[in-house]
Amino acid sequence: MLIYIVRRILATLPVMGVVVVFVFLLVRIAPGDPAAIIAGDYATPENIQKIRAGLGLDKPIHVQFTLYVTSLLKGDLGVSLHSRLPVRQLILQRVEPTAALAASTLIFAILLAIPMGVLAAWKAGSLIDRAVMVFTVGGFSVPIFWLGFLLIFVFSVKLDLLPVQGYVSFREGFTPFVKHLILPTLALGMVYMALLARITRASLLEVLHSEYVRTAYAKGLRPSRVLFLHALKNAAVPVLTTIGVGFALLIGGVVITESVFALPGLGRLTVDAVLQRDYAIIQGVTLLFAFVYALVNLAVDLSYTLFDPRIRY
Amino acid sequence: MSRKMVFRGMAGSLIGLFLFWAGPASAQTVRAVMHAELKFFDPLFTTADITQNHGYMIYDTLFSLDEKGQPQPQMVDTYRVSADKLTYTFTLRTGLKWHDGKPVRSADAVASLKRWGVKDAAGQKLFARTASLEATNDRTFVLKLKEPYGLTIRALAKEYSYVPFILPEREAVQDPSKPFEGEKIGSGPFMFVEKEWVPGAKSVYVKFKDYVPRKEPASYYAGGKVVNVERVEWIVIPDQSTAVAALEKGEVDYLQRPQVDQWPLLRKNLAVGMYQSDVYQMQIHPNHLVPPFDNVKARQALMLMVNQPDYLQAIAGDPQNWRTCYSYLGCKGWLETDIGADLLKKQDLDRAKKLLAEAGYKGEKIVVMAPSDFPTINAAALTTAAMLRKLGVNVDLQTMDWGTLTSRRPVKDPPSKNPGGWHIFHTTSGYAALKDPWGHANVSTACDKAWFGWPCSPRASKALDELADLTGGTDAFKKGLAEYHSALMEDIPYVPLGEFFSYAAYRKDRLSHIVETPFGVFWSMVKQ
Repeated sequence: MLIYIVRRILATLPVMGVVVVFVFLLVRIAPGDPAAIIAGDYATPENIQKIRAGLGLDKPIHVQFTLYVTSLLKGDLGVSLHSRLPVRQLILQRVEPTAALAASTLIFAILLAIPMGVLAAWKAGSLIDRAVMVFTVGGFSVPIFWLGFLLIFVFSVKLDLLPVQGYVSFREGFTPFVKHLILPTLALGMVYMALLARITRASLLEVLHSEYVRTAYAKGLRPSRVLFLHALKNAAVPVLTTIGVGFALLIGGVVITESVFALPGLGRLTVDAVLQRDYAIIQGVTLLFAFVYALVNLAVDLSYTLFDPRIRY
Repeated sequence: MSRKMVFRGMAGSLIGLFLFWAGPASAQTVRAVMHAELKFFDPLFTTADITQNHGYMIYDTLFSLDEKGQPQPQMVDTYRVSADKLTYTFTLRTGLKWHDGKPVRSADAVASLKRWGVKDAAGQKLFARTASLEATNDRTFVLKLKEPYGLTIRALAKEYSYVPFILPEREAVQDPSKPFEGEKIGSGPFMFVEKEWVPGAKSVYVKFKDYVPRKEPASYYAGGKVVNVERVEWIVIPDQSTAVAALEKGEVDYLQRPQVDQWPLLRKNLAVGMYQSDVYQMQIHPNHLVPPFDNVKARQALMLMVNQPDYLQAIAGDPQNWRTCYSYLGCKGWLETDIGADLLKKQDLDRAKKLLAEAGYKGEKIVVMAPSDFPTINAAALTTAAMLRKLGVNVDLQTMDWGTLTSRRPVKDPPSKNPGGWHIFHTTSGYAALKDPWGHANVSTACDKAWFGWPCSPRASKALDELADLTGGTDAFKKGLAEYHSALMEDIPYVPLGEFFSYAAYRKDRLSHIVETPFGVFWSMVKQ
């Protein structure tokens, strides 16, 4: 198992290499001039050129790439073109809100989606099943930003129960930390929950027709025991796969959610960097997301062994 | 009692605690949502408005404009002008200190002005006429001119990018093509708290307790900058709807520039006050180097195409949010004039078509750049595209973000030779710039050295230079102004589309004594 883990981690290196080259070239090919944005609207072309030279952006592209890769190999993600702060520092400053939002969304979605999917599969064809399916279709169709604004309007502005925006670290108080995460989690979690509920239902339906499930019922086991102890365990593999694949959905959703709720996380850092053409940040954050996504997939693959003893690495 | 009941009770208590617990709020902290995120701290490096905003917090200026638009001494205590108007002797006020406690010296002022003069248009004009600028002692410095320049004091009171803020000498002497390196300290009424700065989220300022305000009452950017709050936080909320909701709920106290579509909502809210913070002129900028707009007849066609109310309604909706204005130099200001504006006042599409044909337009694609992330400018671009199509023009409307537009703007080649080329873009100028054509880049007619679009009018450039040496309000000045404006209307550097307003919004129940300026300032402000 350990060898497998090490091999998988090493296998991410060529993937990261491709990501480095791809993102480096893509941001430079895309239209937009960071020097012009930094200089401001009323700067003269001469001022813009001086800024461009000061940032090293007037060097040939292969020179810029060599310098970048050399720094990267030393663990240096570079310096923001705008704030002149190290990219690593900016990422570390912003990682907590994103991690908190992602974790709370994951927990919320799993805790609600799996029981919903189980219920829908158990009562397949019934009104409950239809209701769950309508809910999941709605959850998948409703745009995150629209749901976010609706939640703000109802729970913050009208009912005055929860804050509109912002993030409070858990170090500054657990209560405000949770309060600030509730609405963003609901907004982002809906689409993830919809996806998980549907996959859980579909996967479980397949398993519920198996002979061993029929045997379990015949032995007189309670339905809840059959569902959760026998059937769900065998239906878990596709659900776990979806959790891993849906992580990409989560990353995209985090960007929108952080903008709506003004959470100072990696999603907003990325959006701002793209609009400002802050190459160093775009490259750094993309690398980070690629690496994290690879790790999440590894974790999902490893978790199969918990549910299916036939799977061994 | 069963375990389930205990857990349910605990959960209920926790939920109740979470939902009803309210954190402490500081009555002496103003929480403001500014129009952009603060990234650069050197106001003499970038023209970005938010950096100038930051400058007004922590720095001070030698002179500032009052609400009548007249320069008033700020850091300067007294100044003398020699009889031949070639020597200006400035003496700084006593008690001026940097935030680290060191005294402000005239050497700081000299170094800062020299840094400012390298990049700023008004500064460049002043320094082109400067023989020397030197400190004679710690509080006095002398500016010697090669020839008299009537705008000397006005230039030093410039209120918009680049504002001539006074920096510590050790920072001012650094390379002006890069932001200075060093602590962000000034001698202004607020101190920047760098350790609490979270890029993209929050910037924090606290009252500078050793600041000595002038004794006069605050008037626009001039007068006494008395700080009545302990702390100001600039919170970044990128989404406008969220920012408005935060103001309504009281999580923030002030919005510097809410967008047009939010104004009706804000006006309905009895707890919210609004004031007009600025006036913007929307402009069509044709590329003077590229046919057909290298021909003045094509630019005249653009003028005749325009019906200002159509544009302004698209940009700002309700007529209470805009006004027509046929002056390049702003309406209701000291330079207002509409001499020569006949082509602009009445739309005439037939005549516009004829002029376009006479200019040699034969149906080639006209590239109009439209920035989708700037709602007001985008609205103007879409209106121009529609009007050009009415003239039978083959419009290539290219939608992009502002970052892409600014990277294409410097391209001088026609689109047929360079895919980055363009024919038309739109932008705005604030009121401060309109009233100051000597420092206003958009209206420069310096040909190759002009702003994007590269308008060329030696007649206008000459008239503007001559106007600088005339005293405002005199007959000679009025004549000079008429000559300048006529030249602009004849050569058409850009097409003015009228003026729309900008508003700031704040909680009326919390904030009062707000000094109403385009760059939101926080001195005088009282928070209940």
